[in-house]
Amino acid sequence: MLEAQIYVTLKRSVLDPQGETVKSGLASLGFTGVEDCRVGKFLVLTLGETDPERARGQVEEMCRRLLANPVIEEYRFQLREVAG
Amino acid sequence: MRVGVLVFPGTWSHQDFAHVLGDVVRSPWGFVWHKERSVAGYDCLILPGGFAHGDYLRCGAIARFSPVMEAVVRFAKEGGPVIGSCNGFQILCEAGLLPGALLRNTCLQYRCQWVHIRTENRNTPFTRRLAPGQLLRIPISHGEGRYYAAPETLAAMRARGQIVFRYATADGRVTAEANPNGSLENIAGVSNEAGNVVGLMPHPERAAEALLGSQDGLPLFLGAIQTVR
Repeated sequence: MLEAQIYVTLKRSVLDPQGETVKSGLASLGFTGVEDCRVGKFLVLTLGETDPERARGQVEEMCRRLLANPVIEEYRFQLREVAG
Repeated sequence: MRVGVLVFPGTWSHQDFAHVLGDVVRSPWGFVWHKERSVAGYDCLILPGGFAHGDYLRCGAIARFSPVMEAVVRFAKEGGPVIGSCNGFQILCEAGLLPGALLRNTCLQYRCQWVHIRTENRNTPFTRRLAPGQLLRIPISHGEGRYYAAPETLAAMRARGQIVFRYATADGRVTAEANPNGSLENIAGVSNEAGNVVGLMPHPERAAEALLGSQDGLPLFLGAIQTVR
């Protein structure tokens, strides 16, 4: 079986107040070297599809149609083999 | 004239809309469950606030694929008047019926308060009864109402008059202090290009009776009724 690991993040042009707040939390812990922080989503899908090329196409479509909103978000993903 | 009030799992403002329609403006109405595939018999559609499908993934992202939404899109494309308030606005954006998206409030807080909004466009079925620049005192109740659209989209919307309401001070000035959620250009409500689909974060159904503190939301209902009558 294949596993898709999908990252969805806000576009750079979109303000991320959550990321800003996490950054200031880190700064108050003493981690003052953090230049920027962005918070996103991480999705893990286990796929019945075994052909990586077809799986890639399916995940691409899932991201485009539902998992990310192209107005505000970007996505990237990787596939890996997992034991069925 | 019959108004359809859409109900998704997690919708919460539908009873308030039904109350205003039935008891205040005395218009026939009916609930439309999200699994319906037709909106036949309705002349106007309302997408109320709430947390449709738990707002999982993104606000409105799952709701836009509810079976009823295909009929809503057809109704809107044929020019039928459609309004979404709060979560309904988020659903209309996710469905592509309205431009832009709604993001987490800049303050990161859920904001439940009275605001003032300024009427920027009267050329929609819902705002035709308002005066140019008319101020409405109306409640908001949301955590994710920060309006965003890409700069080129916003410019096109401005040119076409698609910005319908802006957050303003009590005396009508559009200032940063009057902006409760960090929306670009203080945008509180927008329309599609044709003007028949409107979305706004505030709750007109909670500002339709003097007893509840404001009747400023009432003209939106009356405008829609006048349009289709």
